[in-house]
Amino acid sequence: MHELSIVASIVDAVTETAAAYPGARVKEVRLRVGALASVVEDSLQFCWEITVEGTPLEGSKLVVNTLPVVAHCETCGKDGELESLQSFRCPHCGEPVNDLRQGRELEIESIEIDEVEEAV
Amino acid sequence: MTTRIVELRRGILKKNDELAAGLRRRFGDAGVLVLNLVSSPGTGKTAFLEITLRELRARGAKVAALVGDLETDNDARRLAASGAPVRQINTHGICHLDAEMIGKHLAGWDGVTSGDDASLAGLEYLFIENVGNLVCPSSYDLGEKIRVALLSVTEGEDKPLKYPTLFNSADAAVITKMDIAEPCGFDRELALRNINEIRPGIRIFETSAKTGVGMQEWLEYLAEARA
Repeated sequence: MHELSIVASIVDAVTETAAAYPGARVKEVRLRVGALASVVEDSLQFCWEITVEGTPLEGSKLVVNTLPVVAHCETCGKDGELESLQSFRCPHCGEPVNDLRQGRELEIESIEIDEVEEAV
Repeated sequence: MTTRIVELRRGILKKNDELAAGLRRRFGDAGVLVLNLVSSPGTGKTAFLEITLRELRARGAKVAALVGDLETDNDARRLAASGAPVRQINTHGICHLDAEMIGKHLAGWDGVTSGDDASLAGLEYLFIENVGNLVCPSSYDLGEKIRVALLSVTEGEDKPLKYPTLFNSADAAVITKMDIAEPCGFDRELALRNINEIRPGIRIFETSAKTGVGMQEWLEYLAEARA
C-alpha cells in the first residue's frame, strides 16, 4: 500500500547516485526485497512507470530480486529457508524459530548505467 | 557508450531507520518506555489505550500518547480524557506513521522548549497508536522498544496467518474485546496457536477494555519492561 512512497525513495537515491556520472542513462535498477518486507512487486512496477516519467530514470527497468525468509534454529543449530510464511518453524527439525537471518531486506542492490564517452 | 554496474547496497528506508535509531537513543537516555500499537481499524486500540493510560495514571505513572489517524482528532480527545498529555498526528492519507512524524510531534512536549531531551524527561511511558493498518506500519520503525500487535475476537482467528509480516515483527500481542468472545464464537485455542505459529513464544494478553479483564497482567508486563 505504501509502494508509491517506496518507489519515490528509490528514485531519489538512484538520481543522487547517477548524478556522479553526468549524461549517463540509467538502464536498470536492481532491488533486494525480503519476503517479509511488506511490498508487492506488481505494485512497485506499476508505481515505477508513473514515478520515473520525466526523471533521469525514465525508460529504466526495475528488477526485483525476492529473498526468501531464512531463519537460524536454536534447537538444531542449522539455518534454513522457511517453506511458507504461515509457520515459523525450522525446515530441518520442525521447531519454532525466531532468529531471522534474511527476509526483511528492502534495498537497492545496484544500478546499471550507460556512460557517455567523454568528448575530447 | 560503456555499461557500468554501480553497487549501492542501500536500504530504501534508510532515512527512516536512521531517524528511528536516533529516537530510540533519545528515548533510552530519557528513560521512557515507548510502545507502538498496531492493528486493523476497529480492533479497539483506542479503547485499550484509554484504560491503559487511566490505570497507569491511577498508579502514579507519568504517561503520554501520540495517536495517528488519517483525519480527525477524535481519538486524541478520547485519550486526553484520561488526563494524560496526548497529541494527534494526522497523516492526511498516508497509511502509516514514520519516524519523522514522531520526531516532529515530540517537539515542545509538556510545554518545554522544543527539540531537546528535556521535553521527554520525567516521562515513564509513551504510547504510539499507529494508523489502523496491518500492512504498512510493519516496515516503519518508530524507535519503539516494544511493538504490540492487537487483534480483536471479532476479526477471525487466522488474522496472524493473513498478516505474518506484522505479527512476526511484534514483541507482544494483545487480544481485545474478550468480553464478547463467546457470542462471537471466538476459538481462543486456535487464535493463540496461530499467533504462536507466526511469532513463537510471544507474550499474549487476553483483554477487555469493558470489563478490565487481562489488564492487571498487561500493566505488570509494562512495569517489568521499564525496569
